[in-house]
Amino acid sequence: MQITLNGHCKEVTDNTTVAELLTSLGLDPTRVAIELNQQVISRERFGDTLINAGDSIEIVQFVGGG
Amino acid sequence: MDRLTIAGREFSSRLMVGTGKFSSNAAMQAAIEASGSEIVTVALRRVDIENLQDDMLAHIDREKYLLLPNTSGARDADEAVRLARLARAAGCEPWVKLEVTPDPYYLLPDPIETLKAAEILVKDGFTVLPYINADPVLAKHLQEAGTATVMPLGAPIGTNKGVRTRDQIGIIIEQALVPVVVDAGLGAPSHAAEAMEMGADAVLVNTALAVARDPAAMSIAFRKGVEAGREAFLAGLGSEKIKAEASSPLTGFLRDE
Repeated sequence: MQITLNGHCKEVTDNTTVAELLTSLGLDPTRVAIELNQQVISRERFGDTLINAGDSIEIVQFVGGG
Repeated sequence: MDRLTIAGREFSSRLMVGTGKFSSNAAMQAAIEASGSEIVTVALRRVDIENLQDDMLAHIDREKYLLLPNTSGARDADEAVRLARLARAAGCEPWVKLEVTPDPYYLLPDPIETLKAAEILVKDGFTVLPYINADPVLAKHLQEAGTATVMPLGAPIGTNKGVRTRDQIGIIIEQALVPVVVDAGLGAPSHAAEAMEMGADAVLVNTALAVARDPAAMSIAFRKGVEAGREAFLAGLGSEKIKAEASSPLTGFLRDE
């Protein structure tokens, strides 16, 4: 199925959770924050939050800033 | 130095530092360390999936420094609120430096969207430190909305011009019930000292440190500037006069009058 990840189209397997998506991308879940369709997903819910076709996901991390 | 209290939390340093534009994480870490700061700002950005970056947080001791995420990049209240909530979900304490800057050329903050976002975030339990133009009326509105500080700009972000909004900041300080943090545009330790001499409670500096030939040494210079300014403010500065007032006695000259 197709989702939008950080503004780009991305193909992921059906029934993928947020946690599984992070693993497949090589991202440490403790380093990032996630929005699913503009709603923040808390870290405790990464494992049981399923991604659906057409979902829009934002994965952000801290960078230097003033 | 006397302590700074923001939202019931005490700090011994009155210098906050940003973490942008440093040439390396090591240079950033050395500058933070040398500054003596206890509040360090960071930004949130999309992860570049194709090109994963080093974790900059690995270089900031979270036990020692309060991480203050900003909402830079937000063009309206909605985007700012989303960024603040993401920062909290990423494990930060619910403190946020609220920035809404729709204009990419001068990066001036949008007062209406900033006030809107502040109202939402305060209700949501955030400690809100809003970055604003040096507008005393807006500062009052934000304070009434429950923000923990106000952060008027000295000059546009990254310009190193100093306290160009001096008179307006003076009014904000005179009227403020919350700490006033002069943020943006401070390019030299003398600028930081000037803001502190005026009675600002703290300053925030980033570009001036990051672009210095030796960022750690510049951090020490800024720390001293902030301390000197604060001490002068507490000691009580003399008032400006139009005419000269001799410091030496006006009697006993080597002449007959």
